[in-house]
Amino acid sequence: MLVGIGVSRYTPASMDDLYRDYILEHYRRPHNFGVIEDADASYEGANPLCGDRITLMLGVKDGIVDRVGFTGRGCAISQASASLLTDEIKGKPLSAVSAFRADDLLDLLGIEISPARLKCAMLSHDSLQHVLSDLGAADPTNTTPSPAEAGA
Amino acid sequence: MINGHKLVYLDSASSSQKPSAVIDAMDAYYREYNANVHRGIYTIGEKATAEYEKARARVARFINAPDSHEIVFTRNATEAINLVSYSWGRRNISRGDVIVLTEMEHHANLVPWQILVQEKDGDLEFIPITDDGILRLDVFEVLLRLKPKLVAFTHVSNTLGTINPVREMVEMAHAAGALVLIDGAQAVPHVPVDVQELGCDFYAFSGHKMLAPMGSGALWARRELLEAMPPFLAGGEMIREVHLRRSEFNEIPWKFEAGTPAVGDAIGLGVAAEYLQALGMDAVREHERDLVAYALEVLPREVPAIELYGPLDPDLRGGVIPFNLPGIHPHDVAQVLDRFGIAVRAGHHCTMPLHERLDLAATARASFNVYSTREDIDALAGGLMEVQKVFNV
Repeated sequence: MLVGIGVSRYTPASMDDLYRDYILEHYRRPHNFGVIEDADASYEGANPLCGDRITLMLGVKDGIVDRVGFTGRGCAISQASASLLTDEIKGKPLSAVSAFRADDLLDLLGIEISPARLKCAMLSHDSLQHVLSDLGAADPTNTTPSPAEAGA
Repeated sequence: MINGHKLVYLDSASSSQKPSAVIDAMDAYYREYNANVHRGIYTIGEKATAEYEKARARVARFINAPDSHEIVFTRNATEAINLVSYSWGRRNISRGDVIVLTEMEHHANLVPWQILVQEKDGDLEFIPITDDGILRLDVFEVLLRLKPKLVAFTHVSNTLGTINPVREMVEMAHAAGALVLIDGAQAVPHVPVDVQELGCDFYAFSGHKMLAPMGSGALWARRELLEAMPPFLAGGEMIREVHLRRSEFNEIPWKFEAGTPAVGDAIGLGVAAEYLQALGMDAVREHERDLVAYALEVLPREVPAIELYGPLDPDLRGGVIPFNLPGIHPHDVAQVLDRFGIAVRAGHHCTMPLHERLDLAATARASFNVYSTREDIDALAGGLMEVQKVFNV
């Protein structure tokens, strides 16, 4: 019986683990969803494999992320991930936001992500790196993991 | 067994499973007469060459090509289309020339032409579709007044399943002086293909969707076209005489088969073609028509919320059923179905412009092949009810 091909945190989990209530709750009613006026930086990230798109927007005041919003559509994993990420970075200094790593986001999600879904989970993190780069606050060592992709 | 359930494989439009006859034939090549082709003056080299060329003859027979030398082995339909766009296209398309495509093309029959017309300063025009995925031939008629050099379109849509009226469209295109290339990747596994009856000029297809190995495929083109076309890839095999500063090229089809070919894969493709012919492509088509009709009846009845796309008439549709469950992203649908061993595709299926046209971010897609059954569709309906439970919709 096939139980999965991955190792460590990317091992496919059972479905009940993946679609936990709080994940579905973030999917149905995402936090920080919507456009923010006069954003200091924004970036539209897309997952070309599945058509997921999110636009992440940040407002910065005195080095603090004081406003954050996102729009777009996608699967439960990508939407919950963006919801959790925006909650996490709101009110934090840019230095702390740029130190927020992919693994931290996976910990926040708290579910096991299979290689095929990693791209969904990481869409918001990847968009954040682009936004930070526009703000001159990116940490170049903070990269978003990308699994070997299946062909379209 | 997948996740404790018997595999229900509903992603055959992506790639088919392979019968033992195909696997055994490839195994026999590698175990018993593995050697390069068109070189060895020894028994297994001669046997490998004979089997490779026999595979070409089988493929020619499968699509009723008049001459097996008109079959060029490629890695897949994508490579076959690129061969035409690089070789024929770069010689025949120039500034202001028009190529007509459709809104339902797979990226494989879109991007090569984009690159060509950008390089040559030509133009692309697109035949639009109706909301249920039928090509607008009235608009095609108008586009033909632009005197396109080439019309290229899919025989069967990989996303909607639409079976296009190839013969009628070829007649229209030829009357306007255009050549016609057909992307047959989704047709050869499912409907009888007779290139002489279709009347087209180029026909490209992959092996791996028609029970043959990954990395096998072919281009058929009329002899005079192939003979006039310059080589695509250059190297060994494709030459007759090589001097330091110039070469003479080989005859067709070897002119287009530079380097050592995928001999085992070609042999597998030949056996798959024979296998399908033995089943009878009319019977294959009838089986899939039955599955489509069954799915179009059962899915909306058992899963009333389901949204189905594409032609509703099974006569106009190959074994492809794209769908969505409102409020649930197709990725999540596919993930939950996998829990029950049901494999479907989720995403844009390499037809992003078509999804844009239908205003869909993505779709889930169930697709069939000769081994698919009504039980598979029942399992899908049951799985979709479970998806709805997980998402509480």
